[in-house]
Amino acid sequence: MEYFFTEKQQIIRDLTRRIAEEKIAPVVKEFDETGAFPWEIVRTLAKSDLFRVFIPEDYDGLGGGVMEMAIVTEELSRICGGIALGYAATGLGSMPILLFGNEAQKKEYMTRVANGTVAAFALTEASAGSDASNMTTTATRDGDYYILNGVKQWITNGGEADIYTVIAMTDKKKGSRGATAFIVEKGTPGFTFGKKEDKMGIRASTTRELIFDNCRVHKDQILARPGMGYIVALRTLDRTRPGVGAQAVGIAQGALDACLKYTKEREQFGQPIANFQVIQHMLADMATQIEAARALVYATARMIDSGAEDISKESAMCKYFAGDVCMKVTTDAVQIFGGYGYMKEYPVEKMMRDAKITQIYEGTNQIQRNVVAQNLWKKNK
Amino acid sequence: MKIVVCIKQVPDTTDVKINKETNTLIREGVKSIINPYDVYAIEEGLALKEIYGGSVTVISMGPPQVCEALKEAVSLGVDNVILISDRAFAGADSLATSYTLAKTIEKIGEVDLIITGKQAIDGDTAQVGPGIAEWLHIPHSTYIKAVEEITGEHIRVQRMIEGGYERIELDMPALITVVKEINEPRFPSIRGILRSREIEVPIWTANDLDVDETRIGLKGSPTQVVTIATPELGSKGEIFRGKAEEQVQKLFAALRERQIV
Repeated sequence: MEYFFTEKQQIIRDLTRRIAEEKIAPVVKEFDETGAFPWEIVRTLAKSDLFRVFIPEDYDGLGGGVMEMAIVTEELSRICGGIALGYAATGLGSMPILLFGNEAQKKEYMTRVANGTVAAFALTEASAGSDASNMTTTATRDGDYYILNGVKQWITNGGEADIYTVIAMTDKKKGSRGATAFIVEKGTPGFTFGKKEDKMGIRASTTRELIFDNCRVHKDQILARPGMGYIVALRTLDRTRPGVGAQAVGIAQGALDACLKYTKEREQFGQPIANFQVIQHMLADMATQIEAARALVYATARMIDSGAEDISKESAMCKYFAGDVCMKVTTDAVQIFGGYGYMKEYPVEKMMRDAKITQIYEGTNQIQRNVVAQNLWKKNK
Repeated sequence: MKIVVCIKQVPDTTDVKINKETNTLIREGVKSIINPYDVYAIEEGLALKEIYGGSVTVISMGPPQVCEALKEAVSLGVDNVILISDRAFAGADSLATSYTLAKTIEKIGEVDLIITGKQAIDGDTAQVGPGIAEWLHIPHSTYIKAVEEITGEHIRVQRMIEGGYERIELDMPALITVVKEINEPRFPSIRGILRSREIEVPIWTANDLDVDETRIGLKGSPTQVVTIATPELGSKGEIFRGKAEEQVQKLFAALRERQIV
């Protein structure tokens, strides 16, 4: 479908596609096996200005927004959903600073991200997943400093990133109004990294515990004001869910591309299986679902970049729709490949493993449906 | 440090077909690319600039369409590009080409290092790089696979030879021709691509250069191409039949006869 990209967006898409096909495709299997963080690829993306696309020009960026972040994430994910995540999660880690940072914070941290510094966002804890209000990480005031204590779990880019936005409770009594967002830099005394997870999919991304043990953070590192932590987190996630949607669309497109090639080559009953109508119909359904998901992701991203305020519903819709499409399409891709699809030698089993996370993280697809439903009543539509 | 990289636009040989009747290249519809070895030369220029500072200027001689190759160089991040283009330069062989490029580099002035690819994939002469150095009376070294160090006065390089490399130190200014082992060329950047779309490539003609007219173009070219022909395919296959054991015996006999084993 023609989405009428601007000239700059076309350049971003074409360059990302070229880097993904030439630089990433040959090493996808290796990173999936080792689970190493793809630093060399991250540096290549940065050198080609892809970290600048969602950063304002004032901070050495190219002045794009959620749409540009989605374009890059989708194109990287088409080749590897795991390698794409190191990039996308830097977008997630940057968003709270872009939205709520003061001028000094934006100048310092967004300029660094524009030039290739990896960032991360830390909200989830062992007992605070879908119920984020159950968090136990605390930040206690001590003069001009806050002292952070607690453990954040399953943090994408944990240990690799230099810049972390961390949500901690500054006033437990106030419940959700007692959380505060801090920018914490790697290397701050009392801030270390724990267990690195061994995951089912997106294995080229790092998922790790953040441990805060009497970690002193200056009050100038607070985003917005004390007590604004949940608002910072929710507004951030509203703007980054299209990124997960884009990742899901990319993975699904990669699976469809693999099927289009395979069904022309694989012969059964004396002819390519692409000749069979049952295969053709499966491919048609995959293509149609992907296009519908892509259209919803792009429309939401453009709505956000145009300055719309009330975006929770659309953001949730595009995330869960694209995530569910991705799971369905990659599962069907394995089916089309048959026995070969189940083998690691062929590309689609990895895509199916990578797909699953898009239904889980940045708010499960069930929570997304809650968000959509709540908004239906709120708006009385 | 002022670096000049010389590049050539060539037909993409993976795309080229030969007209069997005329024995010439079919150039219609064939994509033009930067000579692949020259891409490594550009990368080395950019990498050295990142270490030692200065500027990278890319120059090329050819028809106006070569602007596309120079714009591609801009997308990779070079500072300046110059196209050397004039009907008077047409028909230049490697001698006239190296003379014209040397005159261009003279005009640019105060150049510290000149980098070219080891050869072009269409002509395969590998003469233009060394030729430029000779016209400029500066030292050169070919087949460079690594630049170890540059001081104010010297450049130390590794020159590929069979089974190893030579370590050579040259006085600056100097010219080196590079092989693909020297680096991994970068991708363009978004800013570079945006700049390449806006830039107007400066064109220098014969009038802009202090050239001896008998040394440029066809007049300055002692090389004459009489004909171009494709060599006839001489290889013939031989199929050994019989039982596997017999086939192996026959194969060994044949290999021994040709003194391969």
